[in-house]
Amino acid sequence: MMEQVADPLPQIACTKVILELSVNNHPGVMSHICNLFARRAFNVEGILCMPVADGTRSRIWLLVCEDSRLEQMIRQLEKLEDVLGVRRHGAEHEVFERLEDFFR
Amino acid sequence: MTQLTGAQLLVRLLERQGVRTIAGIPGGAILPFYDALSGSELIRHVLARHEQGAGFMAQGMARVSGVPQVCIASSGPGATNLVTAIADASLDSIPMVIITGQVPLSMIGTDAFQEVDIYGITVPITKHNFLVRSAQELLTVVPEAFRIAMSGRPGPVLIDVPKDVQNQLVDFDELPSPAVPDAGPKLDMDAIEAAAQMINAAQRPVLYLGGGVVHSGAAALAVHLAEQSSLPTTMTLMALGTMPMDHPLSVGMLGMHGARYTNLVLEEADLLICVGARFDDRAIGRTAQFCPNAKIIHIDIDRSELHKIKNAHVAVNADVSTALEALLPRVKVTLRTDWLAQVAELKQRCPMLFPDVDNPRSHYGLIKAVADALDDEAVIATDVGQHQMWVAQAYPFRRSRQWLTSGGLGTMGFGFPTAIGAALAEPERTVVCFTGDGSFKMNIQELATLAEEGLNVKIVLMNNNALGLVYQQQSLFYGKRRFASKYRTEPDFVKIAEGFGVPALDLDKAEDLCAALTEALNTPGPCLIHATIDREQFVYPMVPPGGANTEMIGG
Repeated sequence: MMEQVADPLPQIACTKVILELSVNNHPGVMSHICNLFARRAFNVEGILCMPVADGTRSRIWLLVCEDSRLEQMIRQLEKLEDVLGVRRHGAEHEVFERLEDFFR
Repeated sequence: MTQLTGAQLLVRLLERQGVRTIAGIPGGAILPFYDALSGSELIRHVLARHEQGAGFMAQGMARVSGVPQVCIASSGPGATNLVTAIADASLDSIPMVIITGQVPLSMIGTDAFQEVDIYGITVPITKHNFLVRSAQELLTVVPEAFRIAMSGRPGPVLIDVPKDVQNQLVDFDELPSPAVPDAGPKLDMDAIEAAAQMINAAQRPVLYLGGGVVHSGAAALAVHLAEQSSLPTTMTLMALGTMPMDHPLSVGMLGMHGARYTNLVLEEADLLICVGARFDDRAIGRTAQFCPNAKIIHIDIDRSELHKIKNAHVAVNADVSTALEALLPRVKVTLRTDWLAQVAELKQRCPMLFPDVDNPRSHYGLIKAVADALDDEAVIATDVGQHQMWVAQAYPFRRSRQWLTSGGLGTMGFGFPTAIGAALAEPERTVVCFTGDGSFKMNIQELATLAEEGLNVKIVLMNNNALGLVYQQQSLFYGKRRFASKYRTEPDFVKIAEGFGVPALDLDKAEDLCAALTEALNTPGPCLIHATIDREQFVYPMVPPGGANTEMIGG
C-alpha cells in the first residue's frame, strides 16, 4: 500500500494526470519514453502497456503528477518517432483505479 | 529478384542515398560491412585515428553541406567513442547517420566481447535510433534513418547492426527510393498575420537569429526582412554569418561574450523576433531579465521549443524559410530612424573593444591577420574555449556555413576533425581551424588522417599552455585559485605536426608574421600554424555565470 512506502517527499498537493499514448510496438519504445521523464527527474507514478489490434502497435497509459513541465513533456513525447499520438486525461479516468486491487 | 548480404545491401542503400564519403574505423563486429564497402566504386572511406574523430569528420561534412553524413564504428569501445560526437550533433541539430557494428543477435545481452548497449546509451542523444534485427529490415531502416535525420529539426540517427545481420542473405525485388525530407508543418496564417502586425506596430523591434536560419537556408530571407523593416539584428553563436558581420543592421552576437551594446539593445527592445533560436542560457543570461520590455514572436520548426524558456506572444511552428516567405509581403517597408539612432548611440557608447588588434602577436590581432589573408570562401572551424569566443567576436563572418563551432555541447576536440570533414566535403575551399592547446590535444591524433588525405586544412593553434577559459573563470570567480588549469610541461607542437607528416610554421619565430602567415594560409595542403599567446588575456566582456546579460564585466 502506498502508505507503507517510506516518508513521502514533501509534496505540494499532486494533481494526477493520465496520458494515453499510441505507440509502435517493438523493444526500445518504452525505453525512449521513460528516458524522457527520467532525464528531467519527472517521476512516472504508474505505467500500463498492452499491444492493440494486430500487435504492431501498443497503447501506453501513464499516470503522472500535474507539473509546470507537463506541457513540455507532452511536446517531447510527440517528437518521438515511435509515438503516434498523445491524449491527456484528468484524474477521473478510471484506467488505473481498476488496478488498485493488484497493489494491495 | 536480387540477393545480397546485409552488409552489401547497406552499402548499396548508402550509395543510393548519395553518400560519397564515410569516415570510420573498422573492428571485429563491423568487418562484414567493411568487406562490402571495399567493393564500392562510389563511396570513399576515410580512416580516422579515433572514432570521435570520425564522428566529427561526418559532422564537418554535414555542417558545410547541410546533408546527412555518415560515420562508422565497430561495437563496444568503437561505438562508445562516438558518443561525444553524437551528443554534439544532437545539441547543434546536425544531420548525421551513425552506423555501428554489434555482436551477433544470439550473443546480445551476454556481455560478449566488445558488447555494449549502444542503442540504450544513445537514446537520449539521438533523434532516433535503431537496432536492426534482420537484413530485410535494412530496406526500411536505412531510408527511415536518413529521412528522420534531415526532416524538421535535423539531428543524428544511429543504426546498430549486429554482425550476423550483416552476413545474412536477403532477397528483394528492388531497392527502396532514397529518402527525402518530410514537408514542414502547415503554416498557421493567423499567426503570421499577427506576427506581421506586431512587427509593423513595434517601436523598437530586434531580430534574433539562431542556427535554424542556417539549417533552413533562410539567411537571405532573414536579411531581407531586417532591411525591409529596419530591424537591428543579433545572432546567436550558431547563426554567425547569416547576416554579414559588417551589415549596417547587424548588432553582432548576443549573450555571455557578446558586445555590451548588443545586450543593451536587447534590453531596450519592445519586440523580439526570434527566428530558429532557442533562448539558450549562454545567449540570454538570466531568463527573467532578458528583454524585459519586449513582446516575443518565436518561429521554430520544433514545436517543443515554443514557450519552452520564454512564453511567446505569437508562436509560429514552421520551417523558418516558409514562415519568412509568408511574413515578408505582410511587413511594411519601414525606416525606423529614431530606433536605429538609439542603437547607433548605444553602439558608440558601449562598443565591442578589440584591444591590441593591430598587433598580430595578440589574440585579436592574430585572428584579424588570418581574416585579412583569406576571403569569404574560406571555412572557419573552432575548438572550444577562449579562442572560440575571440573568433566569434572578431572574425568577419559573411555567409551561412562559413562558421563551424560546437555551440550546444561545447566539445573540446571538435574543431580539428570537423575541419577535416569540411575539407573532405568541399576540397576547393581553404579550411581554417582555430584551436587552443587544450582542445587540440583532445583529437591531435587526426594529424595522421590529415597527412594521409593531404587536405587543405590550416590549424591555427593559439597556445597559452593552459585551459584558458577555466584559468579565466578561476581568476575571476574562484579567488584566483587557479587549480588544474595550467600545464606544467609544454609539448613541441611544431615537432609533433612534423612527426605526423604535417608541415608546420612557428609564428613565434617568424620575423614578418603577417607575410609568413599569409604564405602559409595560401599554400595548398595541410599546415599547423603555431602562435604563443598571453595567458593573462581574458575573454571580455563577460556575463558572470548566472548573471543577467546587462551585468557584464570587462570590455
